[in-house]
Amino acid sequence: MPAFPKKWLWILLALAFLVPLLQPLLPDVVSNYRLFLVSTMIIAAIAVLGLNLLTGFNGQISLGHSAFYAVGAYTAAILMDKLDMPYYATLPIAAVMCFIVGYLFGLPALKLEGHYLALATFALALSVPQILKYKWLEDLTGGVQGIVLSKPDVPFGLPLNEDQWLYYYCLVVMVLLYWAAANILNSRSGRAMMAIRDQYMAADTMGIDTALYKTVTFGISAAYTGIAGALSASAIAFVAPDSFNFFLSIKFLIGLVVGGVGSLAGSVVGGIFYVLVDNSAQALSTFVKNDLGLQFDLSAYTVFGIILIVLMYLMPMGIVGGVYYLVRSMRSPGAKAREQAALKQRASS
Amino acid sequence: MKTNRRTFVGGLSAAVMLSGSRAAFAQKKYDDGATDNEIKIGHTNPYSGPASSYGVIGKAIEAYWKSVNDRGGVNGRRINFITLDDGYNPAKTVECVRQLVEQDKVLCTFNTLGTPTNTAIHKYMNQKKVPMLFVATGASKWGNPKEFPWTMGYQPDYHTEAVIYAKHILANIKDAQIGVLMQNDDYGKDYWEGFKEGLGKEAGRIVKHVTYEVTDPTVDSQVIQLKDSGANVFFNVSIPKFAAQSMRKAANINWKPAIYLNNVSGQVTTTMKPAGFENVQGVITAAWLKDPTDHQWDGDAEMKTWREWMAKYNPNGNLGDVNYVYAYSVSFLMEQTLKKCGDNLTRENLMRQAANHQKLRVPGLLPGITVSTSPTDFYPVQAVQLQRFKGESWDLFGDVMHAESS
Repeated sequence: MPAFPKKWLWILLALAFLVPLLQPLLPDVVSNYRLFLVSTMIIAAIAVLGLNLLTGFNGQISLGHSAFYAVGAYTAAILMDKLDMPYYATLPIAAVMCFIVGYLFGLPALKLEGHYLALATFALALSVPQILKYKWLEDLTGGVQGIVLSKPDVPFGLPLNEDQWLYYYCLVVMVLLYWAAANILNSRSGRAMMAIRDQYMAADTMGIDTALYKTVTFGISAAYTGIAGALSASAIAFVAPDSFNFFLSIKFLIGLVVGGVGSLAGSVVGGIFYVLVDNSAQALSTFVKNDLGLQFDLSAYTVFGIILIVLMYLMPMGIVGGVYYLVRSMRSPGAKAREQAALKQRASS
Repeated sequence: MKTNRRTFVGGLSAAVMLSGSRAAFAQKKYDDGATDNEIKIGHTNPYSGPASSYGVIGKAIEAYWKSVNDRGGVNGRRINFITLDDGYNPAKTVECVRQLVEQDKVLCTFNTLGTPTNTAIHKYMNQKKVPMLFVATGASKWGNPKEFPWTMGYQPDYHTEAVIYAKHILANIKDAQIGVLMQNDDYGKDYWEGFKEGLGKEAGRIVKHVTYEVTDPTVDSQVIQLKDSGANVFFNVSIPKFAAQSMRKAANINWKPAIYLNNVSGQVTTTMKPAGFENVQGVITAAWLKDPTDHQWDGDAEMKTWREWMAKYNPNGNLGDVNYVYAYSVSFLMEQTLKKCGDNLTRENLMRQAANHQKLRVPGLLPGITVSTSPTDFYPVQAVQLQRFKGESWDLFGDVMHAESS
C-alpha cells in the first residue's frame, strides 16, 4: 500500500495539537469527554499499530494481543501502585516487559503458522485474565478486585486540565511510536520483515535470519501493544481482569482490517474506527428503534456487524486503501478510460 | 376612597397567589439533568459479554420508567432513562459513565451493575459530585458516606449475610464442624471473609474449605472431600447450577449435614427443584426479596401487582426470574426518592433525600423488611430473614435480622 502523503501528515498533526487549545472558545464541541474519547482512540491506534507490525508487515496472525495489552496495563498499574512510580516512567518498563513476553512467546510460535499460530495466541488471550486472578499473584494484581489508580497530574504547572494533558501525553507517545515504526519499516530490517511475509522461502534463501526476525517482530509488536495498555491504565485509572477479555483482541483485529492491513496510517484510522463505532453502534440501534419507529430490536453488536460487512464490501482494502483508490480515480478521471482503451487495442491487435 | 369588600378580597387573593407562586418558583432548583418536564437518569448494564444474563435487570428498569411515564411521571416530570451497554468491562464503563455525566448530563446514575465496573467509576463519580445511587452489587464497600458521600448501595451485602449464618450456626448447632464450598472469585471471597468474621474465635470450627471455578463442569469431588472431612455443617456459597449439583451429590453419597445456602441460589425453580425436593428439606438460607417461583406468594397483593406490571411492560420476561423482582423493587425506591425531592432537583438534595428514608415499604421485599437510610447509614436494605425449606417452598422463621458489618 502507498505511503501516506507527508504534507497531509503534518497538517493533521498540527490540527491534533491545536484543537484541544480551542476549548475555551468552543467548550461544547471540544469537551473534556470528547478529548478523553480521542485519547482512548489514540491508545487503540497504538495497539492496532503493534498488531499491524506483526500481522500486516510480517504476516503472522495473532488473536492474543489483548494479553500483551493486559501485561502492559498491569505492569504500569503495579509499578504505580506498589512502588509509587510516576506514570510516565512506567511506559518504558511496560514496553520492555512486553517485549520480553512477546519475544519468548515468539519462540515456540516459530513452529506454528497461519491458523495454528492464531489458535496458540487465542489460548494466550484466554489464559491471561485467569492468571491475573491467580491466588499467588493476588497480592500484586489485586485479584478480581483489580487496582485503583489516580489519573496523571498535569506537570510543570501547565495551564491544562487533566483530560487535555492526558490527550497530549497519548498523542506525543503515539507520534513517537509512529515515527519509530515508519523508520523500522524503511530500513533493512523492515524490508526483511516484509520479505518474510511475501515469500518466506525466498527470504530464507536470500540469507535473512527468518527465525530471528519473526521473534523480534513478535517482541516489538507486543511492546507497542503493551505501551498502549500502560497508557490505558493511566487513562482509565483502574485495571481489572475483566477489562482484558478475549473480545479486546478481536477489536484490535477489526481495527486492523478496517483501517488497512499493512498500512501505518491505516492502524490509526482503524483505532479511531473501532472506538467510534463501538460507541455509536448503541446510539444508532436506539435511533433505529425509537426515532425511525422500526420495530427491530437490534442489539448494538448487530449494528456493529452490519457496519463491518458493508465496509468490507465497499472497501476490501480497508478505509485507507479505499480512500487512496478513490482519490486516485478522482484525480485522473481519464485514467480508467485510457486503461480500457489500451486493453481493447491490445485485444484487437 | 371606598374599598368594597369584593375588591379587597380579590386584591388579597391576587396578592396571595402572586406571593405563593413566587415562593413556589423560588423553590424550584435544578442541577444538570433536571428541568420542569424531565429528569435524566443514567445507567450501565452488561447487555453483551460474559455477564449478559444480568441484562434483564436493565431492560426491566427501562420498562419500569416507561410505566412511571405512562402514569404521568414523577411530580409531573418525565423520566428520561439512558441505559448503555458496558459489556461488564470496567474500561468501557468509565467511557459510558463519562458520556452519561459529561455529554448527556444526567442528574444521577442509578443501579449501575457489577463490582469491578462500579469500582472503576467510584472515584470519578465522587470527584464530580454526581449521585451514584443504589448500585447493583453485593460487595460491602458501597456504604461509606465519609469517603464516598455520593455513592449508595442497595441490597444486603454478602459479607453481612455470611455473618448472620455464622452466628446462627454457633447458636444452634452443637459441636459444629463446618465444611465450606465456595466459588473462587470476589463474590465467594466476600462471603468467606464475612463468615470467618462471624465465627470470630470459633473460626477453627471450619474443618474444610474447598473452592470451584465458575467454568468447572461439576463440584462432585469437592463435595466428597467435604464429606470425608467429617463436617456436620455445610456452608454452600455457590451459584444455582452448582448449589443444586452439590446438594444432590451430598444426598447421593449419604452425607446429611445442616446446609446453609447463600441467598444467591435461593430460588425454588433454579436450585431447589433440580436438586430434588427430597434432598433439600431443612436447608436454611437468608432472604430479603420475594421469590416469584415460591407458591406462598401466589396470592400476595404486591406480587399480584408485580405480575400485572410484568404482563403489561415485560410481556416476554420470564416470570420465574427473581431479577425482575429486584429491578422492580430498586426502581420503586428510586421513584420514591425522586418524589421526595419535590421541585428541588439538585444533586445535593437528591443525596439528602436518598439518605433520609424511614422504614419505607418497598414492594418485593419480604414482609417486615423496610428501607431505612440516614446520613451515616448508606445501606438501604440491611435486613434479612432466615427461611427453611419445607415441602416445596420456603418457610420464614425467626425475626427479621439487621446486621451491620462495616
